[in-house]
Amino acid sequence: MFAAALLNNFPCLFGATTVEYSWLVEKVSLATWETIYMVVISTALAYVMGLPLGVILVTTEKGHILENIPVNRILGVIINVFRSIPFIVFLILVIPLTKLIVGGFIGTVASMVPLTLAAVPFVARLVETSLKEIEWGLIEAALSMGANSWQIITKVLLPEASPSLILGVAITAINLVGYSAMAGIVGGGGLGTLAYYYGYQRYQTLVLLITVIILVVMVQGVQVLGDTLAARAVKRRR
Amino acid sequence: MYLASLAEHQEAFIFAIKEDGALIRIEHLTKIYQTPSQQVLALDDVTLSIEKGEIFGIIGLSGAGKSTLIRCINMLEKPTKGSIFVDGREITALAKRELRTERQKIGMIFQHFNLLSSRTVFDNVLFPLEIAKVPHRQARARVYELLELVGLSDKAKVYPGQLSGGQKQRVGIARALANNPKVLLSDEATSALDPQTTSSILKLLKDINRQLNITILLITHDMNVIKQVCDRVAVIDNSRIVEIGDVLSLFSNPSTAISKSFINSVVKTDIPEDLIHTAQVPQGQTTRLIRVSFIGSSAGEPIISSMIKKYGIDVNILYGNIDRVKDTPFGNLVLELIGDAGILDQSMAYLRERGLEIEVL
Repeated sequence: MFAAALLNNFPCLFGATTVEYSWLVEKVSLATWETIYMVVISTALAYVMGLPLGVILVTTEKGHILENIPVNRILGVIINVFRSIPFIVFLILVIPLTKLIVGGFIGTVASMVPLTLAAVPFVARLVETSLKEIEWGLIEAALSMGANSWQIITKVLLPEASPSLILGVAITAINLVGYSAMAGIVGGGGLGTLAYYYGYQRYQTLVLLITVIILVVMVQGVQVLGDTLAARAVKRRR
Repeated sequence: MYLASLAEHQEAFIFAIKEDGALIRIEHLTKIYQTPSQQVLALDDVTLSIEKGEIFGIIGLSGAGKSTLIRCINMLEKPTKGSIFVDGREITALAKRELRTERQKIGMIFQHFNLLSSRTVFDNVLFPLEIAKVPHRQARARVYELLELVGLSDKAKVYPGQLSGGQKQRVGIARALANNPKVLLSDEATSALDPQTTSSILKLLKDINRQLNITILLITHDMNVIKQVCDRVAVIDNSRIVEIGDVLSLFSNPSTAISKSFINSVVKTDIPEDLIHTAQVPQGQTTRLIRVSFIGSSAGEPIISSMIKKYGIDVNILYGNIDRVKDTPFGNLVLELIGDAGILDQSMAYLRERGLEIEVL
């Protein structure tokens, strides 16, 4: 209704081209779903790789359960290198890899490769921070009961850090919403592509506006969801 | 019922393995912490033996090395030198996997409880059984037994965040006992608790020791803890064991300054200056200020009264109390004896004959 009202009253917003309401709805909803799809899958894949890396970063530290200083140092450096590459450069750098995995580098599926890879080191650091919050006493208690490293990771570290880990997932997803829009500019699909092709290149300011509104709602939604789940995990314990 | 059967089981088990009395033997244990700038000596050639079934206390000021010592016993700290035997097995020589199995037989409780906040009381007690891969049905039954033992059956579904300190430590104790350990290590387990709660936890430890015949090794900086539950005690100072023995003999006859200061923290023997020499001393007579300690049955006999009658001296009582060291009455009197010098010596000899410890102040 809002869009229809704008269409009738402010035709200037659409610049040179006239746009039909039904076309707009179809385009926007498709792009929204593409963005959600990209972000959800990329976040999930980033955790599949980033979570173990984060665990390794923490547990290989000096004095920790799997102390291994060379591994810890090397991993830390690699993660820092990847984190210092700006995403827009990273997008271009991984094109050969994307082609290898997906077969092309345009579209939703193709953009999941750079999105996931860019998020992995970020996730690893977030997980590391969450796990470091856990008191050493809990690990010591588990060790005193004869727990092995795997048991300590799966039964102590991860469950105890769960509220903080959940917040980390929300932060990652929110970052990926932003990154996905950036990927959209180079043909990644989703709201980014929509905003760029129609909103920018064809001067359809309304499309740009709607895209921004949807992104804001999406980010808010993810944050609220993350906060709620984390709060629930904490509340249960009190 | 459960306690009785468990106790039998434990006894049979302990009997079968070893006849020698020592359950834990610590030999020439040295621990040096290496920091980038310096070496810190935490334990210096400690040799110690803990008997089966006793409650052994290690007391020391913070930084004395007691925490390191107890952590070496289950290898949470790796000794720099020396060896430790628990129930005949050399803990310090075990491979990782064997060590993990052996740790399941050494329970440990902590000052800050170290319960998992993401698990209920029930699941916290279940935790060591999961680690030991005890079949689920059996493990659940065991958790209920343990919660009953520590008096927390009604809190099974509660999270640790909702418990008081004393209740948290009870969960800690239940958890430490889950795999039927031979030894219970207590790392300042009552230091974060108020005096009443401390007493109730100490009583629980005493019950566990008696009924399940579990050897307890505890470290503390609080002489009250030693006084209430320990059979034997070692005093650690500056990374070394400076005194070791029966708690009662330590109380009545401490040989080091540090031991005396620990005892003074629970048994008051410092008499205010203005109370001394208040009596008028007749000409030709002298006074002696003495501290008399009574242990056990002599605390109930009228020895002082018979001394006064026998030697005809005057006695001024400056201070007196009767306390308990574990379960034995332990009394302290500070007396001012007034009389002829020779008679006073005889009177004191009389008291010594009757088995009282006398210290001239």
